[in-house]
Amino acid sequence: MSEIPILSILIFIPVVGIFFMLLIRNNDDQSSQNLKHTALWITFLNFIISLSLLFSFDLNNPDFQFVEKYAWIESGISYHLGIDGVSILFVILTTMLVPICILASYESIKFSVKEYLISFLALETFMIGVFCSLDLVLFYLFFEGGLIPMFLIIGIWGGERRVYSTFKFFLYTLAGSVFMLLAIIYIFISTGTTDVETLLVYNFTTNEQLILWIAFFTSFMVKIPMWPFHTWLPDAHVEAPTAGSVILAGVLLKMAGYGFIRFSIGFFPDASEFFAPFIFSLSVIAIIVTSLIALVQEDMKKLIAYSSVAHMGFVTLGIFTFTVQGIEGGIIQMISHGIVSAALFLCVGVVYDRLHTREIARYGGLVSKMPFYSFSFMIFILASLGLPGTSGFVGEFLVLLSIFTVNTYFAIFATTGVVLAATYSLWLYRRIIFGALIKDDLSEMFDLTRREIIIFLPLIILTVFIGLYPKPIINIIEPSTEKIVNQIKMKLD
Amino acid sequence: MQSLVYILPEIFLFIVATVLLVTGLFLKNIKLINLLAIFSLLVAVFLILNQPFQSAFLNSFVVDEFSLVLKVMILIGSIASLIMFVSSKEDLNINIYEFPILIIFSTIGMMVMVSANDLLAMFIGLELQSLSLYVLAALNRNSLLSSEAGIKYFILGALSSGLLLFGISYIYGFSGNTNFNLIAVNINPESLGLIIGIVFVLAGLAFKVSAVPFHMWTPDVYQGAPTPITGFFALAPKIAAMGLLVRFLFNSFGEIYIDWQQIIFFISIASMMLAAFAAIAQTNLKRLMAYSSIGHIGYALIGVACFTDEGLRSLLIYLMIYLIMNIAVFAFLLSLKRNDGYFESISDLSGMHKNHPLRTMLIALIMFSLAGIPPLAGFFGKFYIFVAAIESQMLFLAIIGVIASVISAFYYLRIVKIMYFDEPKEEFDGSSIKSLNLLYYPSSILIIIFFIYPSPVINISEYAIQSII
Repeated sequence: MSEIPILSILIFIPVVGIFFMLLIRNNDDQSSQNLKHTALWITFLNFIISLSLLFSFDLNNPDFQFVEKYAWIESGISYHLGIDGVSILFVILTTMLVPICILASYESIKFSVKEYLISFLALETFMIGVFCSLDLVLFYLFFEGGLIPMFLIIGIWGGERRVYSTFKFFLYTLAGSVFMLLAIIYIFISTGTTDVETLLVYNFTTNEQLILWIAFFTSFMVKIPMWPFHTWLPDAHVEAPTAGSVILAGVLLKMAGYGFIRFSIGFFPDASEFFAPFIFSLSVIAIIVTSLIALVQEDMKKLIAYSSVAHMGFVTLGIFTFTVQGIEGGIIQMISHGIVSAALFLCVGVVYDRLHTREIARYGGLVSKMPFYSFSFMIFILASLGLPGTSGFVGEFLVLLSIFTVNTYFAIFATTGVVLAATYSLWLYRRIIFGALIKDDLSEMFDLTRREIIIFLPLIILTVFIGLYPKPIINIIEPSTEKIVNQIKMKLD
Repeated sequence: MQSLVYILPEIFLFIVATVLLVTGLFLKNIKLINLLAIFSLLVAVFLILNQPFQSAFLNSFVVDEFSLVLKVMILIGSIASLIMFVSSKEDLNINIYEFPILIIFSTIGMMVMVSANDLLAMFIGLELQSLSLYVLAALNRNSLLSSEAGIKYFILGALSSGLLLFGISYIYGFSGNTNFNLIAVNINPESLGLIIGIVFVLAGLAFKVSAVPFHMWTPDVYQGAPTPITGFFALAPKIAAMGLLVRFLFNSFGEIYIDWQQIIFFISIASMMLAAFAAIAQTNLKRLMAYSSIGHIGYALIGVACFTDEGLRSLLIYLMIYLIMNIAVFAFLLSLKRNDGYFESISDLSGMHKNHPLRTMLIALIMFSLAGIPPLAGFFGKFYIFVAAIESQMLFLAIIGVIASVISAFYYLRIVKIMYFDEPKEEFDGSSIKSLNLLYYPSSILIIIFFIYPSPVINISEYAIQSII
């Protein structure tokens, strides 16, 4: 256990940044440039600090590390932070994506820059908080708090139907989450604590588990999102500014997946086992249906948004197998999707900044004008469809492996999803990149700028690295996952 | 004589009000009178904090932890509305020296209400409070809306007082006592007359806290009354009436709580749901705040319905947070001024973040707080209410509560949407009024940073309830 409260520092550095930015008062171009630099440096600093977590993280220790615990509201509800192998990667994913998002907004955000950056920094605080908190009330605070900045990001800097989308996003997720709040309160009253570590070894009765599981599930199902409650996601993605989509796909969806692993199966193993076939069915439906929907999309962002729902289907499949492979696969799939879908949205953002349309039909033959862009786009498309050698493969493979051991039928259906993913991804790529460059307005397109290369480079490296050599990642995840699986087995027996 | 010491703050305020009333005739300086009023209210806070806990006048007037906390909250509300009055008296055509004096009289009434331990003391306090409020609502004589508000409030208020008095007579008739404690001792659980009495008294009190189905006056009065007075309506009387309700129900009818619990249960659900839906269609900010306050009272009543110390604690936490949020909202409403005209329509807020970035950011956060979104203070208010509800097996109430809060999030979000997403209009010049900023910034910052250190509010609530249960 380290003496420095490193997790609190990670959570609150963005808040300090907000104070700094409130001090920059002018409204001209120069000061908005300064604001962007400040935000970039603050988030980059946060990223560096989060990397230090990796170095001081004890790989052999499956328990929570960097633990901080202070009295907060009253006895039983404390300010309790800590990370283990399951959450550490999400923290780093968050701190990595936020500076990338800010860098990606350098050109595209033209007005109210200060509010925009403040929203992003606040969002970072909430996202890191979600993955670090070991107290349910604290978790809920961060989980829901993220809605406020995201509501503003979509609503102010979004596209034409931004108001509709942002209200839909906010009310959907809020409606899902309030039942989790009631469940948390019930847990608090019946056990006297909301401390995650204590609750992980607590045994709820089966009836309690069923009700509480459903309450948690409503929240996470909307957030992750699972079919049939996924409809807010394409809307939100389409209308959000590029960076908003990146953070939405990259981190916000993962909060729910993380919640499933930590809370749903951790607290309520009996209920999770009971509902597992239900989850499998929903996931398989999601994988197949949303893949088919993705096939017919005219809008690039919508296509990627639907593919996100399908990919999240693999995650839930993996988690509810209760096997080490499955959960590991789910986590790796989430990390990989966090990188890849974020990158895909950035790819859309690149051409959107140039042509201001996301309609697939408006593009074609970009390869002759934008070779570097085509190359990076290809890597991410291949990773998205799960080609071996990319990060997407590792997660999907582990998930399919684990689901085969549990139920062959679901496995067969899920595998068709892989084929469908290849279809819509490659078709998207062909329509945008290949073919002859016949459309007039495309002749003005130019390749990636230096700023954009800086954005894509780390993502490409990570995608390929995880794909070729996933061992370090698995080493981090494995001890904690094994502990979770053992705990579930123990509780089930 | 000994008893007089225990009502020292009330006597002090009464003397101050009378003296100010006379001096006001000769001294034309309204600002000075207002300052003196604020000062004497502060002195009253000091007196209250140093009072011994006792019961006076044959136990019909009690000074205890509960009354202390509520009185301080009421005085904070009164002081806030007097500060609002300074900033706006000329422009709103209410530049008369009776304003602070009426506020003080009304405040005395409320202080008597929260200390009342007797049906008669309760009625005296209630009437003193209400009569001042009727006049205050109609203070802007040249405005049709204000006169209408005054008349409407007076007629309906008189009706509710009648109902209340009718109920009191039943309770006295069937229990033989007017003192809350004696009623509790001599209670006959089988008596139908007592139940009728409780129902009528509750109807009267529900009118005062503007709970559904006795809420009809609220939107009209809120809209018609000059804004500082609307602020006063939203702040102090709700707290006083809630305190009275608690003491009346808990002290005298604790034994037959099953009977009144379902009434509170119903008006709580009705208030939450009606307010959530009705507020969606509003275009006037003050009307919207009226429905918002009805909804909040619905949540607070969950705390009463629980009939546990947990519930009472959550009620007090809720009221404190409600007080601070409303101070911020009404200080904000008064700053919506351009060329000596006030703006009350929601669409006037359009695109305000361009001209007033910090102010808009804070009010947006207040709106999220009113909607109960974490990590703002409003969330903690609701959180404790739901804890209390679930603890006393009222899961249904909690579920209705969260559903209503999701629905009501919509109209709070709409305000945020208009401020942030729509096209900007001209600048408001009310943002430079110092006295309003004195209210606005501290209260909104308190709401935002509440989550860092919530224990003071919780401790105060726990301190307050120890004298009730």
